[in-house]
Amino acid sequence: MRRVATYLAIALVAGVWGVSLAAQTIAITGGKVFPVSGSPIQAATVLMRDGKIVAVGTDVSIPAGTERVDATGKWVTPGLIDAATQLGLVEIGQVADTREASARGRNSYGINAAFTVWEGLNPASVLLAPARQEGVTSVAVAPQGGLISGQAAVIDLVDGSVSDLLVKSPVGMVGEIGSAADAGVASRGELIVRMHELLDDARSFMRHRTEFERNATRSYAASRIDLQAMIPVLDGRLPLFASVDKASDIEAALKLAQQYGIRLVVTGGAEAWMVAGKLKAAGVPVLTGAMNNIPTTFATLAQRQENAALLRKAGVEVALIGNAGGGDEEAFNVRNIRQEAGNAVAYGLSWDDALRALTLAPAQIFGVADRIGSLRVGTEANVVVWSGDPFEFGTRAEQVFIRGKRMTGKTRQDLLVDRYRKLPPSFQKP
Amino acid sequence: MRYLSLAAALVISGCSSRPGGARPGTEPTPQRAAPSDSGQRPAAVPSASAVGAPGAGGSSLPNADPFPSTYRPFPSRTTVISHATIFTAAGPRIEDGSILLRDGKIVAVGKTVDSPGDAVTIDATGKFVTPGLVDTHSHLGVYAAPGGDALSDGNEATNPTTPYVWAEHSVWPQDPQFPRNLAGGITTIQVLPGSANLIGGRSVVLKVVPSRTVQGMKFPGAKYGLKMACGENPKRVYANRGPSTRMGNVAGYRSAWIQAEAYRRRWDKWLGDHKGDPPQRDLGMETLAEVLRGNILVHNHCYRADEMAQMMDIAREFGYRIRSFHHGVEAYKVADLLARDSIGASIWADWGSFKMEALDAVRQNMALVHQAGARVIVHSDDPSGSQRLNQEAAKGMAAGRAVGISITEDDAIKWNTINPAWALGLDDRIGSLTPGKNADVVLWSGNPFSVYSRVEKVWVDGAMLFDRLDPAENWRTDFELGFVPVMRGGSK
Repeated sequence: MRRVATYLAIALVAGVWGVSLAAQTIAITGGKVFPVSGSPIQAATVLMRDGKIVAVGTDVSIPAGTERVDATGKWVTPGLIDAATQLGLVEIGQVADTREASARGRNSYGINAAFTVWEGLNPASVLLAPARQEGVTSVAVAPQGGLISGQAAVIDLVDGSVSDLLVKSPVGMVGEIGSAADAGVASRGELIVRMHELLDDARSFMRHRTEFERNATRSYAASRIDLQAMIPVLDGRLPLFASVDKASDIEAALKLAQQYGIRLVVTGGAEAWMVAGKLKAAGVPVLTGAMNNIPTTFATLAQRQENAALLRKAGVEVALIGNAGGGDEEAFNVRNIRQEAGNAVAYGLSWDDALRALTLAPAQIFGVADRIGSLRVGTEANVVVWSGDPFEFGTRAEQVFIRGKRMTGKTRQDLLVDRYRKLPPSFQKP
Repeated sequence: MRYLSLAAALVISGCSSRPGGARPGTEPTPQRAAPSDSGQRPAAVPSASAVGAPGAGGSSLPNADPFPSTYRPFPSRTTVISHATIFTAAGPRIEDGSILLRDGKIVAVGKTVDSPGDAVTIDATGKFVTPGLVDTHSHLGVYAAPGGDALSDGNEATNPTTPYVWAEHSVWPQDPQFPRNLAGGITTIQVLPGSANLIGGRSVVLKVVPSRTVQGMKFPGAKYGLKMACGENPKRVYANRGPSTRMGNVAGYRSAWIQAEAYRRRWDKWLGDHKGDPPQRDLGMETLAEVLRGNILVHNHCYRADEMAQMMDIAREFGYRIRSFHHGVEAYKVADLLARDSIGASIWADWGSFKMEALDAVRQNMALVHQAGARVIVHSDDPSGSQRLNQEAAKGMAAGRAVGISITEDDAIKWNTINPAWALGLDDRIGSLTPGKNADVVLWSGNPFSVYSRVEKVWVDGAMLFDRLDPAENWRTDFELGFVPVMRGGSK
């Protein structure tokens, strides 16, 4: 908080948490550096210039005029990535006009492949700041609902317009294979049938565009724009992020992906540990949490906290997502992905794999590893200086850099605490 | 995800008790709740002892304990845990300490204890010992897993005022969430009705133990609680029939208390003189009258500071006390008032922003309430969060320290143990590692405020009911048999 005060005057000019110092040349020196793309380096330097990482190591020459950040005794990691969130899409869960995560669609079971959820992203969300204040620098924003929910994007939690925030869009198509109810159909079998129908129609549409424009094709199960949006999924350019928990549903998803040549990513994956070998064989990554062990539905009967550890043990790529309890406060608690990682370690995941599951693993899954997720020369300077082990509760993200800019300013919560620190509050000073 | 959106529709409110019991001269004769756990104080409840067959409920007299606890401590062995770091919740931590459990009670705690010849000795070098954790806000059993309409029994959302329902009548003892709670070190929970209603009904205090009946889980002699709820939930649920506004909510509470006070006077007069026929019984009014007599503790779901202040005024108007506000995301704004009125704050570490009334949640809530001298209670309202109440306390402590509020681990452990025990009126029996108290004890693999620590063993009344090292012997509910595979491997 104190370090933040220095920059408060600047912050106030442009609003809360809106302002950061201009990107410049900054050297973080002396810290224990975790590049993730390589082994940890003791007493190393991370040199950032113009928003990029330009050097990492122990023998980095620091140009004159470089701002130095002494990180002696600190831990330095890439900025954390939450691989599935509604941050920026849902501000207040129970206030309808702040919910921008779903499309209504045009058919009863919800095919919204054309839905580009980031178009409705709120870059002024007051929830971005609490996330980055605790070391989360990038997230994947994902739509929800229906058989095909729409397309996801990866954003950096910088200030600016939506286009400033976007790292890559789309990064995936989001769909539902686990829950018939969520997909708007009556049974698991029907869900698979509808998925086949959609994929067949999209393939037919792809091959018969001319006839379609002449109105000379049979009728399709989805609209023109939705069929069009499915083409990158069919040709393997865009992965399908399938929400699926039950082991047999995961097997059904694997079969579907194999039939159509789809790149599948399992999201949720409560029982994924039971089919870890098949996931490994198919090269399918899993986005999952480490704090769920309740058979919350009949699709998650074998849910367990060792899921991530068992998947890694089988060689499956894993990214951790914050779904402990889930719920409408999820966007407020994107920051709790580091608690998720700590719990994953407590339940068998190696510490290195846990850090990887919050950084490089999601970056690779989303195809943005050239931009974020590691401390490598040429990638964006999304860097966090931690007071210690980032997964421990007592550890603080002391400095957060996104694209080389130090993120400063107060969150809405900071302002409330300032006001109510002494009771009764004074309303004369904010 | 699914559970929480459901839980978000629930809110817990509590009722307050009159400190020191009922008004002089109006208190019905106390009757010991049967069966009691070995020599604890009796619950102060109206007596129905004069009533004979066919049963107290067959007469017109209020029966304070028609569903008596049948809990009996499980078989236990004299146990010494030694060389542990012990958070007693009653004083400073003891490094390299020992604790002796015998006959279901804590016998001694200190640097060393006399180890009886028949004692099982556990070397806990490098490990930590705490009291069993207590959750004041649970819906286990009333919103049981695996969920769905069939197990959705927490909100009697048919009337905004339902003091006549009792949560225990919705509890499914085979909820697979119970053993997971125990494995998180939780030994006592208050199961509350949801927050759809202004007055949602009676809570029940349970031990987290296997049983074929809810009576077998009921904490012997524990007072009942009353769930009340402020704000958005009732007015949303009853938007069509009312209350549809916050002012409608307040009118609803006050109308109920006006009725309840008249009922209490009628009954207390009759119980005093036994003149004429007893008044007509009313299940709901019985519960509210017991609140006014101080025998039932009020647990009041309330998010906003301004509403909490109004609820405090209502309590004063009708002469009852609020034992604990629940959720209280704005407790930090009225922490001084909570301290003044001795009202506990059952709160989360960091839930917020999911509804308008949760907008001003701050991670410093616990720290600021603590700093003001009010009781911080880490509560869950969530079957997942309740497994990690220690981690929630750790977050609250860290957030406070980050802004320069000094909180020790000895303070924070109280948020998990003695403070919630107080909110349930059980602080003389559980909540700290004090000789004579029930031997509800947790052995942790490391410091409970580290994310890497796990519960290794849990004792309830001296009986070891959870042992992570012996998974085959751990409690599996009836539901889990066949449905949920026995899970092995994966952990260190």
